[in-house]
Amino acid sequence: MQEIIDRIHAAESPLIIRGGGTKNWHGEDTKGEVLDVSSNTGIVSYEPGELVLTARCGTPLAEIEALLAQHRQMLAFEPPHFGSGSTLGGTLACGFSGPRRPYAGSARDFVLGIDVLDGNGQLLKFGGQVIKNVAGYDVSRLMVGALGTLGVLMQASLKVLPKPQSEMTLQFECGEAEALQRMNEWAGKPLPLSASAWLSGVLTIRLSGAESTVQAAHAKLGGEIHDRGAEFWKGLRDHTAAFFQDDVPLWRLSLPSTTPSLNLRGKHFINWGGAERWLKSDASASEIRARAAAHGGHATLHSGDKSADVFHPLPDALMKYHRRLKQQFDPRGILNVGRMYSAF
Amino acid sequence: MISNEVVRHLQAILPPHSLLLAREDLKPFETDGLTAFRNTPDVVALPETEEQVKQLLAICRETGTPVVFRGAGTGVSGGALPVDGAVLLAMTKFNRILDIDPLARTARVQPGVRNLAISEAAAAYGLYYAPDPSSQIACTIGGNVAENSGGVHCLKYGLTVHNVLSIRVLTIDGEEMVIGSEALDSPGYDLLALMTGSEGMLAVTLEISVKLLPKPERTQVLLAAFDDVEKAGSAVGAIISGGVLPAGLEMMDKLAIEAAEAYAGAGYPLDAMAILLVEVDGTQEEVSEDVMRVRDVLLASGATEVRTARDEAEQKKFWAGRKAAFPAVGRLAPDYYCMDGTIPRKALPAVLKRITELSAEYALPVANVFHAGDGNLHPLILYDANQPDAWEKAERLGADILELCVEHGGTITGEHGVGVEKINQMCVQFGAPELLAFHGVKACFDENALLNPGKAVPTLHRCAEYGAMHVAGGKLPFPELPRF
Repeated sequence: MQEIIDRIHAAESPLIIRGGGTKNWHGEDTKGEVLDVSSNTGIVSYEPGELVLTARCGTPLAEIEALLAQHRQMLAFEPPHFGSGSTLGGTLACGFSGPRRPYAGSARDFVLGIDVLDGNGQLLKFGGQVIKNVAGYDVSRLMVGALGTLGVLMQASLKVLPKPQSEMTLQFECGEAEALQRMNEWAGKPLPLSASAWLSGVLTIRLSGAESTVQAAHAKLGGEIHDRGAEFWKGLRDHTAAFFQDDVPLWRLSLPSTTPSLNLRGKHFINWGGAERWLKSDASASEIRARAAAHGGHATLHSGDKSADVFHPLPDALMKYHRRLKQQFDPRGILNVGRMYSAF
Repeated sequence: MISNEVVRHLQAILPPHSLLLAREDLKPFETDGLTAFRNTPDVVALPETEEQVKQLLAICRETGTPVVFRGAGTGVSGGALPVDGAVLLAMTKFNRILDIDPLARTARVQPGVRNLAISEAAAAYGLYYAPDPSSQIACTIGGNVAENSGGVHCLKYGLTVHNVLSIRVLTIDGEEMVIGSEALDSPGYDLLALMTGSEGMLAVTLEISVKLLPKPERTQVLLAAFDDVEKAGSAVGAIISGGVLPAGLEMMDKLAIEAAEAYAGAGYPLDAMAILLVEVDGTQEEVSEDVMRVRDVLLASGATEVRTARDEAEQKKFWAGRKAAFPAVGRLAPDYYCMDGTIPRKALPAVLKRITELSAEYALPVANVFHAGDGNLHPLILYDANQPDAWEKAERLGADILELCVEHGGTITGEHGVGVEKINQMCVQFGAPELLAFHGVKACFDENALLNPGKAVPTLHRCAEYGAMHVAGGKLPFPELPRF
């Protein structure tokens, strides 16, 4: 840690924080010297009976998940791995969650506490290792998704959950509108849903829970059992599925789950029960953003030509408070400057 | 005292029935749920339109007048305690449910809507709003957002922060902003997490969208008796590491059991040293399996008796004692003081043992009610405010209990907030750098500290003075600060 603190103290121009380096493509391109934090590794504490795990932020996700699996527990937000080196810190800094997100919660929902080095190289400890904690402002959750612009994530405590006893993936042939209707209707019923997606005329859902519960829900809903279900969800989670493999720009649209078909040209992969839509399209950024905003959502350019802004522009008032928070936590403008918005 | 000039400005924007100035009208607003602290406000505003709220904040900004927000006033940390020279702004007239979307499973409501009213309105669609603080019949959703309220189902369903989708707020600078959205995330920083639980220090909430969940198909409640508190504590860990995530997992100690039984006649075993109430919910099949698993774990953990509710009526009876625990304990003494520390569950036996010792040292009885599933303790300190020094003693015992929680890796508040009550303990929980960062965050939104001033985050000087009284482990906290 001292080495990282020294680097921050000595820095006279912006640093680019890098852990496993598997998500360098995410966010705006930035210039600066790399601050390598990948050696800050290790699981600090884990007690299955407490449902809490604490690890240094350079720890690979794979290592954390392997330990949890030994005790039949999991990171319920199902973080994507964009390569074998994906770390806890990078995942939290990006705020990435996988297919289970609409049913279990997001990365920030499971964060209990974060230790962070601010832009002055000062160690700040927010939150803690207990499930309920309302002492002070919730700065640890503010750090999730902040792309390292407010501090270098050093250590995090997460709530973990028991792994479901069994899982089953079911498929139904249906059009987009019908799939959206079903995903939303089913989410309002006491069903053991843990993922739902739609691609090219096929609705795919995952059921998780006790064996008997999963069987009963299958009997109720019908559908064909997908014999490589785990692989399907992993392909969607990690973007290794065929849908993601071409050079057409990839957009992520985050929308209210009941938003109807967007009629934007290109290929659509609906995830999160309708709330996340992956779009492979060469439509203009302004057209895509306008369509998302009209439905109360936003659009992020995930990969492709970054001449357009990567993140949805913020209203002026919100931007004012973003800049003030950046100024508060990184007054010298050292940490991942411009990674989120060019203004800070 | 608020100046006549400010009062005249307020009279110009609010009709007479929305502005309370007479002493007898102001008296009911002198306290919130933490009645040990009282301060009659100078003026209470009860606006009826958002335009009035905007104008009121503009007056406060221009005249440098502080403002304290209040919902139903059920908070138990003094978050809505009036501040001298401030306007008390009560949002209770904003009490309309604006929209329920059953397909999207969302409710859009005004901040003065009662927590329970949301679930009642959603019931027709088989949906409900999950966080259920014990004051849910009266407390407002705006207050829930300000305090990040919890309840008995937090382990499985989360706190307010996990169940709010978006809020529309007004800052003291007069900007209106939508934070969050009805999508599952928003661009930029997670200001929704920052605002939730900010205790009225950053902005006032005008509208809130919450997530609704499908009502579980079935719920079942088990009651287990233990002849030893420690065994009950380890049973909690065993249930959870066994793979069951109960919807509710509550513990009561002997004094709380006796009080609840005398009050509610819930049928609790009076010879037990501790009881656990375990609620499991889900599909028919899931509940059947979980009940069997939980029963086995409870017996293996040394429960002397395990009862499963035969029907809904008995489930309600099991819960009746727990839900009545506070008023029941209230009958044991003229006054009680409820603490809200949270600890890692494994620390429970050690913490309970030390609380028993402290209770003897201070000669004040303590009844323990405990959201065991999430490690959230509610020790209830019994005292008689009419006895000289009794409140001061109760307050010191409370402070000792909270600092004990911090010592064991926990926190001073799990769900009630800091308010005025635990402001000294913030000095024990956090160091100077974190407290300065909190003040920095506050200044980002409220440069002149007009919103709920003096609450939630202590000044470093206050901590230095408090530290001089409480020297922990021979180390003086905040040694870098001057003492005076």
